[in-house]
Amino acid sequence: MKFAVIVFPGSNCDLDMYHAVKDELGEEAEYVWHDSKDLSSYDGILLPGGFSYGDYLRCGAIAQFSGVMDEVRKAAEAGKPVLGICNGFQILTEAGLLPGVLLRNKNLKFMCRTVGLKVENNNTLFTNEYEQGEEIQIPIAHGEGNYYCDDATYNHLKENNQIVFTYADDFNGSRNNIAGIINERGNVLGMMPHPERAVSELIGGKDGLALFRSIVKQWRESHVSHA
Amino acid sequence: MKKVKVYVTLRESVLDPQGSAVMGSLHKMGYGEVADVRIGKYLELVIGDSERDVDSLVNELCHRLLANTVIEDYRYEIEEVVSQ
Repeated sequence: MKFAVIVFPGSNCDLDMYHAVKDELGEEAEYVWHDSKDLSSYDGILLPGGFSYGDYLRCGAIAQFSGVMDEVRKAAEAGKPVLGICNGFQILTEAGLLPGVLLRNKNLKFMCRTVGLKVENNNTLFTNEYEQGEEIQIPIAHGEGNYYCDDATYNHLKENNQIVFTYADDFNGSRNNIAGIINERGNVLGMMPHPERAVSELIGGKDGLALFRSIVKQWRESHVSHA
Repeated sequence: MKKVKVYVTLRESVLDPQGSAVMGSLHKMGYGEVADVRIGKYLELVIGDSERDVDSLVNELCHRLLANTVIEDYRYEIEEVVSQ
């Protein structure tokens, strides 16, 4: 499976994402610059964390108009897996590919530590290698990770099982502890925690690896060769 | 040429932690009469000659990029720029 790691000016988790897919999973990965006009040769799209365009105006607001975002939209419409982590999640909400928005953490602090996450929905292409309700340990590193949406949007997310991860504890003010959501079709996931930073015991844990394994597993099952 | 002053503020229903922190500080300084603080953004746009109606242009800019209407309101003022 071949992944595109989109690199915006200000991305800083692109190397971690590349490492997770290429070195820990053994799949193909390439860095793709933000003005690329063609993502058709990739099977999965990864939007890494960081501070695209300096987080000026609002985090993710300027990146949504990068040239490559039209291609990311096309990939999402084609049903390819699109994963946005941290700033990548913020970009996906600003681009309208996921509902809601990320606000400043309620205590105004940038927080960087490992937190407990509950798998609320393991029936997705991103989470099929987890158990339903399983609690995993994944690092966070964000100042604006406070997920907000209105009541109607929340009810819709809930009814459609689009809430994929919640925090075990409320530390940033996110609505109902939401840490990650998926689109209605189920192929676009945005989350604030960093699974790509939890792919080896050497760096403190590997609970994030199953997320990447899930994507590859689902892809292989739907691209079985009968030769 | 026109100068457009755009004010972007968090909607009333959205918690403004920055505003709350500043209000807490003002209270500590003894200004207990400050009942609320909200922090927003102020942008100045200079719009060159255009065939487009300035109001519809500014509204479009605000909706597409300058404000996220899920959480933010905006208002603006238009001034004529007098050439020097």
